[in-house]
Amino acid sequence: MSKYTEDDLKKELETKEYEYGFYTDIESDKFPIGLNEEVVRAISKKKNEPEWMTEWRLESFRIWQSMTEPDWANVTYQKPDFQNISYYAAPKKKPELESLDQVDPELLKTFDKLGISIDEQKRLSGVAVDIVMDSVSVATTFKKTLEEKGIIFCPISEAIQKHPELVKKYIGSVVPQTDNFYAALNSAVFSDGSFCYIPKGVKCPMELSTYFRINEGGTGQFERTLVIADKGSYVSYLEGCTAPQRDENQLHAAVVELIALDDAEIKYSTVQNWFPGDKNGKGGVFNFVTKRGLCETNAKISWTQVETGSAITWKYPSCVLKGDNSIGEFFSVAVTNNHQQADTGTKMVHLGKNTKSTIISKGISAGKSQNSYRGLVQIHARADNARNFSQCDSLLMGNDCGAHTFPYIEAKNKTAKIEHEATTSKIGEDQLFYCNQRGIDMDKAIALIVNGFSKEVLNKLPMEFAVEAQKLLEISLEGSVG
Amino acid sequence: MLKIKNLHANINDKEILKGIDLDIKAGEVHAIMGPNGSGKSTLASVIAGKEEYEVTKGNVILNGEDLDDMAPDERAHKGIFLSFQYPVEIPGVSVTNFIKTAINETRKANKQEEISAKDLLKKIREKAELLEIDRKFLSRSLNEGFSGGEKKRNEIFQMAMLEPKLAILDETDSGLDIDALKIVANGVNKLKNKDNAIIVITHYQRLLDYIIPDYVHVLHQGKIVKSGGKELALELEEKGYDWLK
Ligand SMILES: Nc1ncnc2c1ncn2[C@@H]1O[C@H](COP(=O)(O)OP(=O)(O)OP(=O)(O)O)[C@@H](O)[C@H]1O
Ligand SMILES: [Mg+2]
Repeated sequence: MSKYTEDDLKKELETKEYEYGFYTDIESDKFPIGLNEEVVRAISKKKNEPEWMTEWRLESFRIWQSMTEPDWANVTYQKPDFQNISYYAAPKKKPELESLDQVDPELLKTFDKLGISIDEQKRLSGVAVDIVMDSVSVATTFKKTLEEKGIIFCPISEAIQKHPELVKKYIGSVVPQTDNFYAALNSAVFSDGSFCYIPKGVKCPMELSTYFRINEGGTGQFERTLVIADKGSYVSYLEGCTAPQRDENQLHAAVVELIALDDAEIKYSTVQNWFPGDKNGKGGVFNFVTKRGLCETNAKISWTQVETGSAITWKYPSCVLKGDNSIGEFFSVAVTNNHQQADTGTKMVHLGKNTKSTIISKGISAGKSQNSYRGLVQIHARADNARNFSQCDSLLMGNDCGAHTFPYIEAKNKTAKIEHEATTSKIGEDQLFYCNQRGIDMDKAIALIVNGFSKEVLNKLPMEFAVEAQKLLEISLEGSVG
Repeated sequence: MLKIKNLHANINDKEILKGIDLDIKAGEVHAIMGPNGSGKSTLASVIAGKEEYEVTKGNVILNGEDLDDMAPDERAHKGIFLSFQYPVEIPGVSVTNFIKTAINETRKANKQEEISAKDLLKKIREKAELLEIDRKFLSRSLNEGFSGGEKKRNEIFQMAMLEPKLAILDETDSGLDIDALKIVANGVNKLKNKDNAIIVITHYQRLLDYIIPDYVHVLHQGKIVKSGGKELALELEEKGYDWLK
């Protein structure tokens, strides 16, 4: 009889390799390594930016120079050498966007491998795609439909040219340059990213989606996303990414800023699958992200994320509930396997009265990985009747991994109601045997149990994204059985 | 259908089954009785292929094929079904989703197409009716917060959906109220035919009033100490196990 114990289960989980480990060979225009004021200026010049933008970048750079890398997170790694990174890479061939024929065939092949060809995307349920390939957006679709509603959805570099008043007003308004080390760095050197503006009272008719990829070996990626939902508007924004397998560490330090004005709602969903490193923990993406949303009166922001990738993840999508009656939500599934380390969570800052926040965090750890949840719920003095509910569940596979929860609560108003629940469970041999006995093999059984565990969060994702997320969870934990 | 020859099995180096012989033919119902800790559930688990148990001697043969090297899921694909004495909870996985996965995995292994949504629904409706299961129940997380009786009824519902060749019911009667016992027993009887076989593990005659066994075996300290017809169960009810020890 073939024996299958938890040891085998562990071994299996350790042998999972990265699915999308390929590398697209598109000629790219790349800066030499290193960072100084000249490089910052050059990036700005390359993008033909107005003076104010160049100045903003330089200011950020100076701020960054005065800062030190934070080390409070529960992760250990070889700190990146910031002078050993190239800060700009753009595909040399810039395809025109009217037709797929004009797109570099190599690029199309990449999308095929990802199973998300533009072709398919176009046909699929009205998802507009703004694809960021190596820092410069190379394709934008569905623009017309959006334009009719007055919605702006374009690369941020384009927005800087065409809508400088909006960019100038809001960039850095939620995540200031001084916010943290990585945010300052991003502000200085951000290459590209997406910009989105929904006018007053407009409900965006489709999910807006961006696929990010890191494509050039050794190229740091500094995406900048700015989403503004004007009064009474609604938008659902999807962000997903995969990365090719590379041998050296790749730094990713994105900044995402959301602004929900009065009565507006923003749903921001992420499926993150950066290269996590091989099974010995070599290579892999360092993902240091600053994501924050600002809610004005009666506004609502929901962050939903499924995180399976990166060697190191440092990420706390947060909500500043500034307006009265505003709502912040955070739903997260984070999977770590092999030597991955994740320190993720959220910050809910209650400033307004009757503000409400909900946090549901599901951590799944396998292999020798470490998965930490770090959450801060802050109730300010003037925030009467603020409410928070937090639930943090951890699922462990095997005995070599770790799950940690660090919930911080700061309440300065006595009317606050704060609830926190936490559970830790382990996938048991009995559960696996039960599934096996019904004809469900190990991989499928693990996928089933993990998907069940994550269900409350997966349910929050838009349909087509949920399917992809489920697949990712399966891949991330897949063994080599049978 | 199932032949067990001189089966010895250990757990954690402790011998639990100490030479079991059983011969079960298609169309038959066998009852296994015996005191607590005699090895009934162990026997069921070993037939189903649970890895923690080490078979040290003897064989389990299903339709001429030695199951020795076979993983539990492969055995399930060949038609072995175990109704668990203690069904486990799988949070977040609905009864329907679980059963659909089980059916399709088995079909895939047997090189059949996936079941269509229409057929699945039809079957669910039919079997839920047979076992008087409320449809609302089927969207709940598998066994999570189910009462003891609900868990058992759900096991038999899965059996009805999967239509196994050999079903082992491990104390399915425990936890069922009198009405539920009748419904479940009646359901099992309807599922019984000349091509499948059932092993009923129980402590009580009352189940055997409904599911009438062709043979009754008494397990004691890992061995079958007595076999007989259905009268044996009545005799045990009256005399207990002492006279057999
Ligand atoms: N993991 C284990 N380690 C050690 N002993 C075990 C283990 N599992 C079962 N046993 C022992 O094996 C023996 C048989 O157990 P089993 O569950 O098969 O009994 P049973 O006949 O089904 O009893 P019951 O009527 O109470 O259900 C018991 O003595 C039990 O304690
Ligand atoms: Mg038992």
